Amino acid sequence: MNRFAELLDRLAYEPGRNNKLRLLTGYFREVGDPDRGYALAALTGALSFKHAKSALIRNLIATRTDEVLFGLSYDYVGDLSETVALMWPKAVGVHNNPPPPTLTEVVTTLRTLGKTELPKQLERWLDELDETGRWALLKLVTGSLRIGISARLAKTAAAALGDKDPHDVELVWPGLAPPYLDLFAWLEDRAEKPVNRDPAPFRPVMLAHAIEDSDFAALDPADYIAEWKWDGIRVQAVAGRDENGHITGRLYSRTGEDITGSFPDLVPSLHLPGAIDGELLILREGRVQSFNVLQQRLNRKVVSPKLIKEFPIHLRAYDLLGDDENDLRELPFAERRERLEAFIGKLGDPRIDLSPTVPFASWEALTAARADPASAGAGEDADAVEGVMLKRRDALYLPGRPKGQWWKWKRDPHIIDAVLMYAQRGHGKRSSYYSDYTFGVWTAGEGGDELVPVGKAYFGFTDEELLQIDRFVRRNTTEKFGPVRHVVHESDKGLVLEVAFEGLQRSPRHKSGVAMRFPRISRLRWDKPPREADRLETLERMLKAEAVEA
Amino acid sequence: MRPQDILLPVAAGLCCKPGGFHIDPVRPVERAVITHGHSDHARPGHGAVLATQETLDMMRLRYGENFAGSTQAIHYGEQIRLGDVTVKFHPAGHVLGSAQVAVTCEDTCIVASGDYKDAPDPTCTPFELVQCDVFITEATFGLPVFRHGDAADEVKKLLASVALFPERAHLVGAYSLGKAQRVIKLLRQAGYDAPIYLHGAMEKITDYYQSRGIDLGELRPAKGVKKATLAGTITLAPPSATSDLWTRRFPDPVTAFASGWMRVRARARQRGIELPLVISDHADWDGLTATIAATGAGEVWVTHGQEDALVHWCQTKGLKARPLDLVGYGDEEESETPPSDEAEA
Ligand SMILES: [Zn+2]
Repeated sequence: MNRFAELLDRLAYEPGRNNKLRLLTGYFREVGDPDRGYALAALTGALSFKHAKSALIRNLIATRTDEVLFGLSYDYVGDLSETVALMWPKAVGVHNNPPPPTLTEVVTTLRTLGKTELPKQLERWLDELDETGRWALLKLVTGSLRIGISARLAKTAAAALGDKDPHDVELVWPGLAPPYLDLFAWLEDRAEKPVNRDPAPFRPVMLAHAIEDSDFAALDPADYIAEWKWDGIRVQAVAGRDENGHITGRLYSRTGEDITGSFPDLVPSLHLPGAIDGELLILREGRVQSFNVLQQRLNRKVVSPKLIKEFPIHLRAYDLLGDDENDLRELPFAERRERLEAFIGKLGDPRIDLSPTVPFASWEALTAARADPASAGAGEDADAVEGVMLKRRDALYLPGRPKGQWWKWKRDPHIIDAVLMYAQRGHGKRSSYYSDYTFGVWTAGEGGDELVPVGKAYFGFTDEELLQIDRFVRRNTTEKFGPVRHVVHESDKGLVLEVAFEGLQRSPRHKSGVAMRFPRISRLRWDKPPREADRLETLERMLKAEAVEA
Repeated sequence: MRPQDILLPVAAGLCCKPGGFHIDPVRPVERAVITHGHSDHARPGHGAVLATQETLDMMRLRYGENFAGSTQAIHYGEQIRLGDVTVKFHPAGHVLGSAQVAVTCEDTCIVASGDYKDAPDPTCTPFELVQCDVFITEATFGLPVFRHGDAADEVKKLLASVALFPERAHLVGAYSLGKAQRVIKLLRQAGYDAPIYLHGAMEKITDYYQSRGIDLGELRPAKGVKKATLAGTITLAPPSATSDLWTRRFPDPVTAFASGWMRVRARARQRGIELPLVISDHADWDGLTATIAATGAGEVWVTHGQEDALVHWCQTKGLKARPLDLVGYGDEEESETPPSDEAEA
């Protein structure tokens, strides 16, 4: 457990993806079975046991420490698990110094332990572990183990152990269970690849590159099929037969997370074995609703009948990866598209339809269609179109972002001029530059116009521009708070940033009341005085224009 | 005699009226008794200064020859009469030359311990426990969450990281006076014998440590060294430099920080540290409480840091305790002036 805690501790501070991978792979190499398997399960969210409530932890520490000292310490540290881990006074001479528990011991014990036995067991472990070990234990048992790495990253690190392709790990993953002895045996070339017996497994998704104006010159329109890019959520809908011949339907996010539970209303429609790649949308009276509407169905703990009725879910299909038992991913896109059209026809379900293709003969024609989707076939759904997708007719379905196969060509984003207010150091390679920017727009305040923050952007600028902004920040800092610098932002002194974004939504969490989707710096307006930057009213007008009529 | 008639906190620092001096004064005074060389305790501009030879040397290094009107060096264990009191110096285990000052007037003994630690440190004389009536203790890490553990284990963590990332440079933020030399010495004791690189700001003081017979192995300035050469190496730098433009000369640096503050995650994250090393030159909670109890003092004055928790602890142990409102002392790491942005130190 102490070794696993040490890994978590190090991962929590390491910003770089490659360095995280190195730390993880190093751990998998150094630590044996079954501990590393349970670690992989913890990192991929595959562990399940009843979590302890924080009140239990508070009671434990109360039996060992002075209340005032605990209060002062908790105030200072700000995190219950960490406070308890750091100040836990070990009982002296009670337990005859047993060795600290292994991760396996902790996980397997927690699985079977009765609720009443938990406090005593925790107390014993807390006595046996060191500070970091106690911290990790408490995070684990309270279910608050957040260390900023994705399940995908953990699997990639495991794959690197045996120089295997992470996609292969992804493919066999649904059939595996902790502590993954068969997986590690295969990774270390001690056994055959495990067989995936999951009837409805996830397939790693294929992604598109953003296209630039300069890319078109090299592309032949005849090689491509175009379709609308919908402003929804990319999902994979998979149905398959289990050993008994029953159909299992599952919905996955683009990262492979099983989100079936959030959309029970779509499950009955997944009655034909196959794997659809498509967009999750809300349809009302046949019309696609905005992303803001869709968002109200996401991340809900309880999916009530009322929610299902008010936000009817819909799947718009644009690719078919599997048709019954057949894997279609090795077929060219044009052929998969034909199979998809047949599949959707056979399915005949009102909740699942086909994303239409956009006919075009030249890039000029496609430019016109993208500028005015309503007249180019999208009709009343034009507002939900965020651009067009271009897919090579001969593109195989390749996981990741292969070059030159799929392109996304978004419509012009919203643009405003905002004023740089605060800057913060970036992470990893950028950690010595001020590369995270908070920007604001003008609004009427008590003492005249004032700037109100409306968003944060981390990218969009070139390396050269980053150096320029970094220099500006360092020379125009008015105050420092830890890693954050306040940058001069007055009506005639400050830096104007042209910010592009994809959309707006109401947000009570922001002082301005609005939040931007995907903001990025599109230009530096050295030429513009801050007083000429946009006003909050402009954003509110945009928001109104986007709002769906109820 | 009442203790507060012997030592009293005033604006300039801790004043000893019957002895006619101040201890670690923050403003220029006629006679100063100085516990150790850190800049928040040892300031220039006093009339006469009494301190250990090392502390006087460090002040001279930092402030130049004329840092005081006159100076007098005192050894550990040496006793001097000043006015109506006697003053005796004892090792504080904090940094090279650091001392606790025992002030005795009639039959009352007060120990002003300055900054101290009871943990082992190969670069300075170990802390000596002094029996007294009133003990003046620091409280930099005066909360039970601060437990520093074994510094050698933290150095092992650093070496493991160097082994795991041989193509990256490791930058260790450490206070220039004391911490840096202790980290270097600990690295040597752990068997690391490669050259260690230094930020320009710590060369002088490190040279001084070596001139006092503390062998730190081969040290090189980081300045002017090719980026590629710094792969797989360890460089010591003042804490403020590890988050500055200066770091751009290093290949994909791992930023470490050797400090007692690194025990708390939020503090490490706030500074953008990737490898926190819990190494402190101040006593941790267990050290503070054990020391207070062992001095036999019936009364404890608590200063600079988390006074509340330590005062509360003393009271639960039946000791008379109060916070001492002294201003101008802090933790060295927070007060070390950052080099200017473009400085090529
Ligand atoms: Zn000090």
